[in-house]
Amino acid sequence: MLNNETAKPYIKERPVRFAAVMVILVALLLFGLVLNINIGSVHISAREIFSMIGKSVLYGLMNIFSGGKYAGEFSAVVSASTESQIIFSIRMPRMLLAAILGGSLSVSGFLLQTFFRNPIAGPFVLGISSGAKMLVGITLIFLSGYIGYLNPGMLVIAAFIGSLIITSIVVVFAGRVKNMSMLLVIGIMVGYICSAVTDFCITFANDHDILNLTGWSMGTFSGADWGSVVLSFAICIPVIFICWPLAKPMEAYSLGEGYAKSMGINIKPFSIVLILLSSILSACVTAIAGPVSFVGIAVPHITRTMLKSSKPVHVIPASFISGAVFCVFCDLLARTVFAPTEMAISTVTAVFGAPIVIYIMVKRRRMQGD
Amino acid sequence: MNAYFKTENLSVGYNKKVLIRDINISLEKGKILTLIGPNGSGKSTILKSISRQIPLIGGRVCIDGRDISRWDLKTMAKTVSVMLTDRIRTDMMTCFDVVSMGRYPYTNVVGRLTDEDKEIVVSSLESVGMTSHANQDFNTLSDGQKQRILLARAICQEPEVIILDEPTAYLDVKHKIELLDTLSEMARAKNVTVIMSLHEIDLAAKISDYLLCVKGDTIQAFGTPEEILRENTIENLYNMEKGSYNLNFGSVELAKPEGEPKVFVVGGAGRGIPYYRALQKEQIPFAAGIIFENDIDFQVASKLSDHVISAPAFEPVTEELFNTASDQLLKCRVVIDAGGSGGTFNHYNRKLLELAEQNNIPISRREKENSL
Repeated sequence: MLNNETAKPYIKERPVRFAAVMVILVALLLFGLVLNINIGSVHISAREIFSMIGKSVLYGLMNIFSGGKYAGEFSAVVSASTESQIIFSIRMPRMLLAAILGGSLSVSGFLLQTFFRNPIAGPFVLGISSGAKMLVGITLIFLSGYIGYLNPGMLVIAAFIGSLIITSIVVVFAGRVKNMSMLLVIGIMVGYICSAVTDFCITFANDHDILNLTGWSMGTFSGADWGSVVLSFAICIPVIFICWPLAKPMEAYSLGEGYAKSMGINIKPFSIVLILLSSILSACVTAIAGPVSFVGIAVPHITRTMLKSSKPVHVIPASFISGAVFCVFCDLLARTVFAPTEMAISTVTAVFGAPIVIYIMVKRRRMQGD
Repeated sequence: MNAYFKTENLSVGYNKKVLIRDINISLEKGKILTLIGPNGSGKSTILKSISRQIPLIGGRVCIDGRDISRWDLKTMAKTVSVMLTDRIRTDMMTCFDVVSMGRYPYTNVVGRLTDEDKEIVVSSLESVGMTSHANQDFNTLSDGQKQRILLARAICQEPEVIILDEPTAYLDVKHKIELLDTLSEMARAKNVTVIMSLHEIDLAAKISDYLLCVKGDTIQAFGTPEEILRENTIENLYNMEKGSYNLNFGSVELAKPEGEPKVFVVGGAGRGIPYYRALQKEQIPFAAGIIFENDIDFQVASKLSDHVISAPAFEPVTEELFNTASDQLLKCRVVIDAGGSGGTFNHYNRKLLELAEQNNIPISRREKENSL
């Protein structure tokens, strides 16, 4: 035999670390949520907030289980005062939306990174968000005239189609270039083309639509209402649960297609599902909140670093939560730093996200020389 | 012969274009088959085809009498494991993580490792001597260490057949030998069938039960090393026009110097070899003599010079042969005495040196080898 080190090695187990990270993240998320409700032009004390939320959840649940008997009490709590109205119809939906969409965006980024085996892949840098934006723009400008009213579901579908088109284009090119930075260049170029098409459409749009589109394309959670929360919850949470059983093949896939095949993974359906899920997630985010930059790259990277592992079975849930934390805090900054003027969410996420991307690029180059 | 692994009229290639046709291999369980052949001859294509990495173009591959193209992916994964030439790029995966991927076909839906799985991972790490690196990040390893971890991963999959594409690439000589030793140990002790490609023909001949010579669109030969390896097999297989390959020693000689000999080397018993090689390096054509054909000098001299005056082994040197040698010597400008003139049977070499002295041909002696 080859070895002369026969002593049984100590294998570092990491579930403990995973659990610790999760606890910290959830605590941070709760803290962020409370801060978000608390801070704003109208100050509401924490005690009031908890009592109001407690009552509303209680009556809400009672209302659901009793078949509508407590509807009166529920609405009484919700619209009791200006404070409660601010909480229930503005701050709560907004922060929940930021949490759900932020989490989805980072999981979407992680799926893309797994698929391209490239740590800087993400819906924004690969032009996928721009593709979604393009189709949403076309829908807003050209179809709204015919249909009259556009519901958010249709925007999600439009964004989904846009994401899929761009993802397929990038996948085709990715097959030809194996180089990490080239993939990025292609993504950025495709993104520019999409923006050009969007701008072109804007030229022919009327003022009202332009206003709509510009506001939306800056990316913001300010338009949040309970409808968009329910919609994004209904789309994103099931998708994330579908990702869970994919975690095992995803880990094997990280060793490369050849090894994945030899371990019994049927590559084609696996990669199609991966791309579809990732597109659904980023489309949902883009349709509801507009393009949000860098969350998809920065958050999975931070998460992996915290976990000291890239096991998808751990990274998927952890990056969902940390994406939520990241976006909740970024949104808080976006709406409070220059209050009453709000910044676009991407303005804040880029400030934190872009340096992380640069860091990853520099580190990789040093380590692997490509 | 009770064939465990068998290919029948196999055609392989890419995009429905046949690269190599009519591949018929037949192996018993626990044997080692090595594919040898020039770069680009299709060794990898064959290995990828029989491991179902790429689709077959024609023919069948059978393991244990069953056609593997009908197997589901999981059965395939539990029977055949591979080690590829693909460079893998991981992110925050320890060696333990990489090796444990070999348990993939055995673990549950979320890939949880049982205690038994963990033990198998550890013993796989042990078998390649990498246990002390278990918690190290895979990316920080040297190429050779990565190669060993990937072998451990393949072992960890507990296969019946293990397919390796150039497993010795990036390895230094020590680790080459250790890796091949691990493989032959697996074949002997665990009855695992090993199919691989190697560039080192000498090692291939030593470790393999069977060799498959792959050359372009056909299989040049399949059989045991003893059956296949004859004079010039290797030169033909690799289309070597310059230089030569010595099967007995597994050593390579570079292209022989062209032209009429300018130097005559009097050698024998291995003493001539450094001179032959030095002359080759300077591209000075030389003649060598008189050496017996069982002399080690003959093995090298005959590959590096067309003018080797040799006598059959265990026969006395004839007068005629001596005359040929002295004719040759007189045409040369320098004579090198490599020290092959001692001993009763070498008195002809002493006579050659005397002849050189009489004719005022400068003699470079062994002590003065630097003046060469």
